[in-house]
Amino acid sequence: MQTPALVDYAKATSVAHAIELLEQLGEDARPVAGGHSLLPMMKLRLASPEALVDLNDIAELVGIRVEGDEIVVGAMTRHRDILSSAILAEHYPIFREAEHVIADPIVRNRGTIGGSACQADPAADLSAVGSALRGTAVIQGSAGRRTVLLREFHEGPYDTVIQPGEILVELRYPIRPGAGSAYEKVERRAGDWGVATAGVYVVVQDGIVTDCGIGNAAVGAEHYCSPGAEAALIGKPATEESFAAAAAVAGQECQPYADQRGPEDYKRHLTTELTLRALRRAAAASQGA
Amino acid sequence: MQVTITVNGVEQTRDIEPRMLLVHFIRDELQMRGTHWGCDTSNCGACTLWIDDEPVKSCTQLAVMADGKSITTVEALAKGGELDPIQKGFMECHGLQCGYCTPGMMMVGRALLDENPHPTEAEIREGISGNICRCTGYKNIVASIQWAADNPATTDAEVTA
Repeated sequence: MQTPALVDYAKATSVAHAIELLEQLGEDARPVAGGHSLLPMMKLRLASPEALVDLNDIAELVGIRVEGDEIVVGAMTRHRDILSSAILAEHYPIFREAEHVIADPIVRNRGTIGGSACQADPAADLSAVGSALRGTAVIQGSAGRRTVLLREFHEGPYDTVIQPGEILVELRYPIRPGAGSAYEKVERRAGDWGVATAGVYVVVQDGIVTDCGIGNAAVGAEHYCSPGAEAALIGKPATEESFAAAAAVAGQECQPYADQRGPEDYKRHLTTELTLRALRRAAAASQGA
Repeated sequence: MQVTITVNGVEQTRDIEPRMLLVHFIRDELQMRGTHWGCDTSNCGACTLWIDDEPVKSCTQLAVMADGKSITTVEALAKGGELDPIQKGFMECHGLQCGYCTPGMMMVGRALLDENPHPTEAEIREGISGNICRCTGYKNIVASIQWAADNPATTDAEVTA
């Protein structure tokens, strides 16, 4: 039987209350969102926080809205609501495609986008999406709010820039008129972490790729993205040759390691192939195909 | 820490450790053994119940997180001695062998039909993709949920009419 170690618990009713509780309880306190990453870690005693601050009743952290030229997603927005969001489907189908292959419908009822970002699992699909889209994270502490690029949010596996006493409150994604986006993933079985994944957006104007973002999860891509592949594609004609050349860079630039999901060369091959497939579909969507 | 959780319409107040998992609160504190405790890793779905009408894997929630919430377990599916169509479907279509996964399968199946009364086979398979069965090969479970979709409960209004 897996049981977490002894832990204190407090339920926060607002963001300000959560920050106050975290400060009171000290640096070994952790916020808990949906709990579907932190609780398994606590059951295995890989994580042993002294106290939990429950964010589940904070209504101000939930929701998806357009604000100016950005889409704002509250940190406690659950996977199922991201999957079914009309706003995200209109601007960035990449979210729906990624959510559809994240865990299973029951887990998606509880898991949250903010919890996923803060867990910082190297295979987290939404982290690849956030990096591809060059989103930002809004972090709040007693000193106020600060904004961090998602490409600078993760310091390594299971590590983020969030300091004790701070919580992630929002994720923001710039809206790009005319962009197409897509997500591709290969997993061993339904609901599993990816062996490799690719998430991209592409803007094509007059047959030329004028803007793009390329994210990869599960393959050791630094900050879940491939800037080399992006540089190889921008300014090039939106052709199979350009996509293949950029995808090949993504396959070279990542740093996968061999594990039970496969050897390194296989993961590089998959990264290249999935990036290519995502680029093809995103470019077609950008051109209204 | 004291919690009050409404389980199948009945308020239950207990003094528990914050680390107690919801599945153990239901099975051990309340002695309700319909909800099964399976893989303990949020993979198998045997422990699925509803929190505020949404399926949740109760091995991956703390009971304190459900304080003030309303929980529904498999024991509440039958109403007034009458089995729910989802339960009848599992009987009619031989949707179980050992029965370990069955409470979770029925709770996700019922929730799926409440949201989507006429699911396709693909939608049913997607709906139960968080629940593992090691006996049936899923074919009869899919058929059982389909049977329940095809044979919904007669409402009181219909009975009177």
